[in-house]
This record gives sequence, structure tokens and C-alpha cells, in this order.
Amino acid sequence: MSFLIKTRKRISRFLKVFFRKRRARIGIYGPPNAGKTTLANRIVRDWTGDAMGPVSEIPHETRRARRKENITITGLNGNSVDIDIVDTPGVTTKIDYREFMEYGLEHDEAVKRAREATEGVAEAMHWLREDIDGVIYMLDSTLDPFLQVNIMMVGIIESRKLPVIIVANKIDLPDASPGRIKSAFPQHPVVPISSLEGSNVEQLYEQMTELFG
Amino acid sequence: MQGVQIDLISEERLASLTTPEKIRLILDGVKQGNIVVLEKGLAPEEASKLIEVTMMEISPDGFSGIEMETYPAKEAGAGLAGFLSRIAGKRPGSRLTVIGPANQIRMIKKEKDLISAWVSSR
Repeated sequence: MSFLIKTRKRISRFLKVFFRKRRARIGIYGPPNAGKTTLANRIVRDWTGDAMGPVSEIPHETRRARRKENITITGLNGNSVDIDIVDTPGVTTKIDYREFMEYGLEHDEAVKRAREATEGVAEAMHWLREDIDGVIYMLDSTLDPFLQVNIMMVGIIESRKLPVIIVANKIDLPDASPGRIKSAFPQHPVVPISSLEGSNVEQLYEQMTELFG
Repeated sequence: MQGVQIDLISEERLASLTTPEKIRLILDGVKQGNIVVLEKGLAPEEASKLIEVTMMEISPDGFSGIEMETYPAKEAGAGLAGFLSRIAGKRPGSRLTVIGPANQIRMIKKEKDLISAWVSSR
């Protein structure tokens, strides 16, 4: 191999190391029980074949942010994006362990769950300020989107100038009203999906390649 | 006399405080069972830190967090002024905000110009 070819390869490697685009860290945020982990599981399963974490009807099943690295998503438009997905605990301003006891948890177990949940939410808020490049904000489309925590969170995301996709989840349920979410956040793309059944996730993937690429 | 203390904090007082001081003022009041009303709401960064600190201070059978409500932000005006402020990236300012202990306050109704809250004494 000639000296010139060797030198060209070295320069090429050097440039790749220094100018390689970092994978975007995409946080899935939203209130408790919006379906964040169900969506994270679907994304990870669709594109890597793995799973992310367990889901439950008891709020705050996810109490530590979980990260799955190096996922390549390809939209129907043929565009691709390399991302790390971060599944976060449901954001709230209040946690009372007695709520968990209503789901049948014992006192000590409920207290432990509450403590872990508070730590997880604090950590997720810190990450949002320091370590996240884009956000999927997940809402249950059967519920009122105008909750203060949603308004605050979208305001925080906007102030960080992070690209955001609002996902109107649970469109498989009869009370779903994704239009209400669109009217609440007209300044952002809103994608109605059922992360449980997988309906319309292709549109979400396409939107992700456009916004996070 | 039993009752609930309401602290109405003026925009001027808030402007003179740093973010940690504002958060401390709010949480110290709320943890004593007071309702804190801010004449001007928190900036997004401050709201983010308020949630984080609130979570760190929740304890079993003690403080269980906050309930918070604010009027929706005013829309940027129509016409040239509104257009210019939008392209300049100016965000509508936050407005009057009510914060209370989660176990004592329930927001009943919120409209663009009205917040109704029900408050119980401890």
C-alpha cells in the first residue's frame, strides 16, 4: 500500500473520531402511567429485539431512568437516526406512599416505592437540564392534557430549546381524544399512537428521524 | 384560632431573590402548611429545580409534595409586534401562581382567567 493511501486512511480515521456526530439522547418524559415504558419497550424491541423494562398499572413502576444505547431508527421516508433512548420515571410534584397501598402494596413496600420514585423523578429532572438532546413527551390521550405538570414540563423543554415530539398515547381506548392534546400544544408535532397495540408508531418513527436526525 | 396562612409574594420580592432562595421560600412556607401565591410565576428553569428539590424533601408521613397551578401564559400578541416577539424567541411571561401542600390543597377549576382551589387546614 502506498504511503499516500495509508496517509489518506489515517486522516480519514482522525476526522471520523473528531467529527463523528454524537448519538442523540432522547428522553421519554411524561406523567406517571402515560405509557412511557411501553413505548420504550416497543422502540427497543422494534429496532434491537431487546426489552427495556417492566410495566405495571401501579404508578411509578419505573423509578430509575433506564438507558438503551445505540438504536438506529429508520422512517418510512428512508431517513435514519442513531439515538440512545432514556426511559424516565413519571414526572409529578407529589408522591404519597399511601396511594400505593391502595393498589395492595404493604406499608414498607409502599414507602420504599415512594422513596425510590422521588429519587427517580429528581434524577430525571436533573438529566433533562444536563444530559438530554431531545424529548418524546408522552401523554395519555384519555386524560386532560392541561395539567400544570404538563404545562410546566413542556415549558422547561422549550426553554432548553430541545426538539420535542408530543405523543398522544392510548388511542386504542374509547375515551381517547388526541385532538385535545393537539389543541393544548399547537406549537409542537403531536403524534397519536397506541404504544400497546403498535398503531401509528411508523408515523412516530418518521417524525423522530426528521426531528432528532 | 385554626386556619390556613396565605403568603402573597410580590413580583418585586421575587425579583430580588436567587433561584435557590425562591425555592427555599416556597418550600419552607408550603411545608408549614401555608398557601404561597406568587405574583409572577417561576421561570422554566426554576420550575424544574422546584420539582427536583420537592422530590428530595418528600418524606413518609411528612411532606408529600406540592400542588401548583398557574394561569395559562398569555399568547404573544397578533400583528407585527407579536410576530417580531415570536421570531425574537421571546416567551410569554409566567403569571400568578398558587402553590400549596399536596395533602391540603385541591385545585377545583382552572380557566384562562380563574383558578379555584379548595384548602383544608391541617
